[in-house]
Amino acid sequence: MTTVKEREILQEKFKEQMNEDELLNCMRCGFCLPSCPTYIESGYKESHSPRGRIALMKAVVDGLIEPDEDFERSLELCLGCRACEPVCPSGVKYGHLLEDARDVINQNKKFSMPARIVRKTVFEGLFPHPNRMKNLTGLIGFYQRSGIQTIARKIGFLGLLPENLVTMEKVLPKVPTMKEMKNRPEYLPSIGTKKHRVAFFSGCLMDTMFMKTNDATCKLLQITGCDIVIPPNQTCCGALHGHSGEKQSAKDLAKRNIQAFDELNVDFIITNAGGCGAFLIDYDHLLKDEPEWSARAKLFVEKIKDISEILVSVGFHQKVKLELPKQIITYQDSCHLRNVMKTASAPRTLLKSIKGVEYVEMKDADRCCGSAGIYNIIESEMSMKLLDNKMIQAKNTQAATIVTANPGCLLQMMVGIEREGLSVKMRGIHIVDLLLEAIND
Amino acid sequence: MLSSIVKEKIISVVTSENFDDSKVERLSYSYDSTPNFQSLPDAVVSPRNCQEVSEIVKICNEYKIPIVPRGSGTNLCGGTCPTEGGVVILFKHLNNILEIDEDNLTVTVQPGVITLDMTNAVEAKGLFFPPDPGSMKISTIGGNINENSGGLRGLKYGVTRDYVIGLEVVVPNGDIIRTGGKLAKDVAGYDLTRLMVGSEGTLGIITEATLKLIPMPETKKTMLALYQDLEAAAKSVSKIIANKIIPTTLEFLDQPTLKVVEAFAQIGLPTDVQAVLLIEQDGPPEVVNRDLERIAEICKQEKAVSVQVAATEVEAEALRTARRTALSALARLKPTTILEDATVPRSELAKMVNAINEIAQKYQLDICTFGHAGDGNLHPTCPTDSRNHEEMERVEMAFAEIFEKAIEFGGTITGEHGVGVMKAPYLELKLGKEGIAVMKAIKQALDPNNIMNPGKVFAKDNRKRVVVGK
Repeated sequence: MTTVKEREILQEKFKEQMNEDELLNCMRCGFCLPSCPTYIESGYKESHSPRGRIALMKAVVDGLIEPDEDFERSLELCLGCRACEPVCPSGVKYGHLLEDARDVINQNKKFSMPARIVRKTVFEGLFPHPNRMKNLTGLIGFYQRSGIQTIARKIGFLGLLPENLVTMEKVLPKVPTMKEMKNRPEYLPSIGTKKHRVAFFSGCLMDTMFMKTNDATCKLLQITGCDIVIPPNQTCCGALHGHSGEKQSAKDLAKRNIQAFDELNVDFIITNAGGCGAFLIDYDHLLKDEPEWSARAKLFVEKIKDISEILVSVGFHQKVKLELPKQIITYQDSCHLRNVMKTASAPRTLLKSIKGVEYVEMKDADRCCGSAGIYNIIESEMSMKLLDNKMIQAKNTQAATIVTANPGCLLQMMVGIEREGLSVKMRGIHIVDLLLEAIND
Repeated sequence: MLSSIVKEKIISVVTSENFDDSKVERLSYSYDSTPNFQSLPDAVVSPRNCQEVSEIVKICNEYKIPIVPRGSGTNLCGGTCPTEGGVVILFKHLNNILEIDEDNLTVTVQPGVITLDMTNAVEAKGLFFPPDPGSMKISTIGGNINENSGGLRGLKYGVTRDYVIGLEVVVPNGDIIRTGGKLAKDVAGYDLTRLMVGSEGTLGIITEATLKLIPMPETKKTMLALYQDLEAAAKSVSKIIANKIIPTTLEFLDQPTLKVVEAFAQIGLPTDVQAVLLIEQDGPPEVVNRDLERIAEICKQEKAVSVQVAATEVEAEALRTARRTALSALARLKPTTILEDATVPRSELAKMVNAINEIAQKYQLDICTFGHAGDGNLHPTCPTDSRNHEEMERVEMAFAEIFEKAIEFGGTITGEHGVGVMKAPYLELKLGKEGIAVMKAIKQALDPNNIMNPGKVFAKDNRKRVVVGK
């Protein structure tokens, strides 16, 4: 519970820090409503829709309501999938409003001791430090390989964890060893004629738990004629921080990344995680109030490109023979790749060009799967509802393979497949891993 | 706030799960799509069936508590803004398509069904429900009936009113009545169905509707005519009608509107011309082709710089969808977007377009115009800023003059958006004192306690106020 005094302070901060023009830009036409997963799942509750949330933020700024627990709840339950943005004719930047509002709330909130420790560990202690991410992944590797995993499963220790975490434990990919994670390349030459010089944003989760996918990404880039620079001093993109109301930390990380990629003389900065890419591509907005950074941020942002986009633009799918055993495949959009980076057709073009497979579009492929960063852990009830619906649509396609383009979505798909008991006939895979498979086969 | 006794009584009907009076929920239903109107209800209630609606109405009638039925809150006249507090009724439980009757060509629905969902469901059976309001992707059928919504196909097929043939309504004393039926002909007594359609929730709560369907037209084709002269475009519209051609759709968009719509939709709309007519015809292929050829000829005679037919249905659908976003896209220009829907006889369209431009100049305002030109139904829209009080006063005066002009040309103050609270002060301009008196007598007879959506349709005073809000 917050006290009256605390709410008054919070209200003041809202007045100071929210962008009133952006709030007014919403003309309440409601065109966003059908695109909002939480609006639909909550049984059409306006307070869980983008229009409702914007009205609530504005009402707090206007002093019509206090920022009480219900208000915070409305913002917490938002996935931040930003599906409301491409459908908004007025062009309201909902994602920015949400980040600003969460930042105000979190900077003025007294978290309980355990929550504080978790937030501090995750946001300050872990993600900004590549080596610590490696160590953590190493621990998971030790857990998986040492036999502790088998014992833990047998004695039922996992029963102490929430159900979706138990499932996640089961589906985590076999992680690389410490040794593998420490010997990462910093430069890879193109195979054949050089077309582009690119930098690769390796990401924290992608370069540890999904290292194999990063390797596959680089391999594809090499094949398409890219020299690849992978600056070792790059760090976490800051998305997790930005989405959780830790804007200052996000800014610090953004600056470190801009520095790391400055003066590399590359045509593009390639990402293979929609969640990271979308945050990187917003750095100019994040740093808009810091004049000494805004120009550099703009240059950085202009170079961000998802792997699918560059593959399609250089004609990878036309030049390289892609073939897989006969099967149906389908694609689950990464919300941020689609709604923020505007990459939706490129992955589909690539998948449709694989010989031997039938591509079937999944109904509502553009609807969030419920992963949404750490949402599936902290809002597991809503997340699992969304996932259950997603799996109904996935099953309807009869697909043997669900392709995604972001680690969070991939893990969620794996959890979904496991929950449905479908692991014998369905798998989840990152698009680059599938494309590499299609070459090797 | 509701007294605890009323609250308890309502909860005993709908259960606490379907009753909410938290600040956040009340705020969430304090507005609709109309700019500058906001007012908190005392509670939000979601009945699960017609019987529960009836019981809620009885309680509210006993305690004289205002009731505001609300669909998706997409109306543009402040019709669902609870200006006098009370109880907002939601229809999230009453959202089923009950029956598609292929023998009688009717569909029976509950009010909370989303318009587009119903349209898709009947089209899957080769049937057609023509009314297609701009917000059909999110608006509800109940809302459409209460507002008598129009749409892009109104020119040839009419509006919602023309398709409602039967209703189940809870009237203000809590009685449940059924009007009309699956009947092509029915003259048994007063036409209560038509009375309820467009009554904006002031006479009762619609809990079920039977709608007329027609066979799906065989084909349709879409065309764009481009103009460097607004008046020429408007004249083309009148001339097409005068030549006895009734297209399905005949939409007008001026340059500022084209620019914002293209900024959003990015489908390659021309932004270097002064105006565009979006024309569509449906029917048997030979008729469609013949009509489009004749229309193209007329447009060229009236100085269209180019006439293009959409190559594919995908392209045509992109054009229609883009047109539906026009109002919201105009919100890109300024923080506040004030829109009206003055309507004139089609022969007067060019005069009205000119009058709007003169009025805009007189009050030094930017007024963008788009709309269902073929119906004579224009949407002059003023991008402004509600924080700029001086400008808002000018907007107020400009729209007052636009209404007066529309009436002078034999038109009306609202073609399809409804009166609500926004245009209530202007209703007398259209109906006269005597007309208002008849309407008030009906209201008084049915709702003596004035609990059904009070403050709407009838102005409290005649102080003219469209946009200079509370």
